[in-house]
Amino acid sequence: MESTSHAFKDNARAALANQTLQKAMKHVKTGFIDKRAKARARLPEFDDLRDVARDIKNHTLANLDFYLERYEEKVIATGGQVHWAPTGEDAVKTVLDICRRVDARVVTKGKSMISEEIALNQAMEAAGLDVVETDLGEYIIQLRKEPPSHIIAPAVHLTKEQVEADFRHHHRELPSERSLSQPEQLVAEARQMLRRRFLEADVGITGANFLVAETGTSIIVTNEGNGDLTQTLPRVHIVVASLEKVVPNLEDVSTILRVLARSATGQEFSSYTTFSTGPRRPEDLDGPEEYHVILLDNGRSNMLGGEFQDMLRCIRCGACMNHCPVYHAVGGHAYGWVYPGPMGAVLTPNLIGIDEAGHLPNASTFCGRCEAVCPMRIPLPKMMRHWREREFERHLSPPSVRAGLAVWAFFARRPRLYHFVTGLQARLLGRLGRAAGRFDALPFARGWTRHRDFPAPEGRTFQQLWAQRQGGRQNGKRR
Amino acid sequence: MSGAKQQILASLRRSLRRSEPSAETRVELERRLAAPRAHLIPQRAQLPHAEQLELMEAMLKELKATVVRLADEAEVPQAIADYLKNENLPPKLRLAPRDDLRRLPWGGQPLLEVEEGIAEAADATSLTGAFAAIAETGTLMMASGPEAPVTLNFLPENHIVVLRASQVTGTYEEAWQRLRAQLGKDVMPRAVNMITGPSRTGDIEQTILLGAHGPRRLHVLLVDDRPDDQRRD
Repeated sequence: MESTSHAFKDNARAALANQTLQKAMKHVKTGFIDKRAKARARLPEFDDLRDVARDIKNHTLANLDFYLERYEEKVIATGGQVHWAPTGEDAVKTVLDICRRVDARVVTKGKSMISEEIALNQAMEAAGLDVVETDLGEYIIQLRKEPPSHIIAPAVHLTKEQVEADFRHHHRELPSERSLSQPEQLVAEARQMLRRRFLEADVGITGANFLVAETGTSIIVTNEGNGDLTQTLPRVHIVVASLEKVVPNLEDVSTILRVLARSATGQEFSSYTTFSTGPRRPEDLDGPEEYHVILLDNGRSNMLGGEFQDMLRCIRCGACMNHCPVYHAVGGHAYGWVYPGPMGAVLTPNLIGIDEAGHLPNASTFCGRCEAVCPMRIPLPKMMRHWREREFERHLSPPSVRAGLAVWAFFARRPRLYHFVTGLQARLLGRLGRAAGRFDALPFARGWTRHRDFPAPEGRTFQQLWAQRQGGRQNGKRR
Repeated sequence: MSGAKQQILASLRRSLRRSEPSAETRVELERRLAAPRAHLIPQRAQLPHAEQLELMEAMLKELKATVVRLADEAEVPQAIADYLKNENLPPKLRLAPRDDLRRLPWGGQPLLEVEEGIAEAADATSLTGAFAAIAETGTLMMASGPEAPVTLNFLPENHIVVLRASQVTGTYEEAWQRLRAQLGKDVMPRAVNMITGPSRTGDIEQTILLGAHGPRRLHVLLVDDRPDDQRRD
């Protein structure tokens, strides 16, 4: 998709002023967080499993070439085909070629972030194909011609009233006086509308949560069952997956699955975890006649071996954005490209460049919740910092930021002056703010005080308090 | 397309700062693949079999599936007739084409219309077996094949499963071991479906609703096939 990441600030401002969006985002702030916390509490081994999952993926990444070749061998041995795609355009071309060869007209799709990344729908539609997203959330945003705003809940930015309006607008063949105010009615209507499409599809396209080298298997994890109807009913199943999805064997994937759903939706396990290996066998009564896997690189091989390698452990659970105060405030669209939230802030500059996406790693308070909840223990704040460093080195940061840093550096290099000035500042602000305990306006801090009050300091700097505390501790020891 | 493959592998190796994996590394990686090892297994599922059955039942109920325990498989047709009646569903069944389901005493249910085969769009209810079940999370494991068409698991609105007590294991890893024991090492059926409760979605304002595209109802008939001395009554 076309990126608007460079306009993050404008996007964010608009998002903050959008009352409907703010109403929809309320559900994110509570729902996902509570559910994950409960799931974690129920499984005492959860945090240890995160360590194991991290180690499995690190082992795989260190030997990624070996496991990918093994995976390909096994897919071919089970009658499937593997297509290697260095770029998004290569992947799109492969899909279009297959669709053309089998004379496809209707293509159903399971939710796939990779397909968003390579703008597959637009290309297929331009080629005259009738493309139908079948995940409920994806179906809704396809009707609205919008990109997803969350990697596992694509329509999380919408209220049910908006969905009702979309369904009334697009499902003209249904009686206009029908009731659609309840979520149940919306789900039932989508089920009814999509049923026909599943049955008439010629090609089904899904992503993959994992690929298993041991068996040549692709895995999708879903709740609705749309992915399974998508890949079972048509004559051709195409899997679009990025390189780093591969894991060695079924035991490895079982461990990672234990942390995936719990981190994502707070479920113990998603409703459907489906392991697909090759096309229909001679004795089978159903299943696709052709099974294709497209292995997409699109910049990932360059992330290996460098400071962003850890990002390749990501299993796309969405926990980082579910726990991110910035994501909560502005929603996913403000990030301007496919991947929002903390994982997007790290991944997006890798895939589309820091010039375009430089704002994203800056859109963080470094509160660290993303890393604290990441099932794969990806050090997201550290990697955002790497991007900020690169941005600074390449002189991409705005002049005001560079000037501010220069002023700070001037004082920081002169510790006595620094202590004197910050001490003065803390005393002054402490005295001025004593009555109210906060400021509703401050020079040089209007970006902050426009939206919230600035708490008044208590009169001493952090370093003074720290020195006092350390002194107190030593006294305590002596006693 | 092999040019593309070489290009990607070369790029991976450039980033990893090495050439192809050494013979030594290969041996080590082959060994890891040849002898799959379970990692950390949660305590929850490491239980005596009778307790695994209880856990399986409890987890299924939590997932909003329904469970009925039967002492003998001969009770299955009656239990299905009762279920369909209680749920106000048509007395029609699409049966997975397998002997153990075929030979059940259907004759005792003359009102029940039973047909075999893959699922058709009009089918309201399917009846299938399972390959295994995983008590840890209340998960059913289906292995596709001529006796287990995949469409039966997804297309009808109601899915009834005959699960035998002996098929219930504790963990995913045990289920994989059973599959390997039956099919051979690194052989997979075309599809393995792990099913954990009915179809659901939270895509509209995070309200969890059942029956998004797959079955709205998942009903498990847990048949006790254990030898008499292992049953507890």
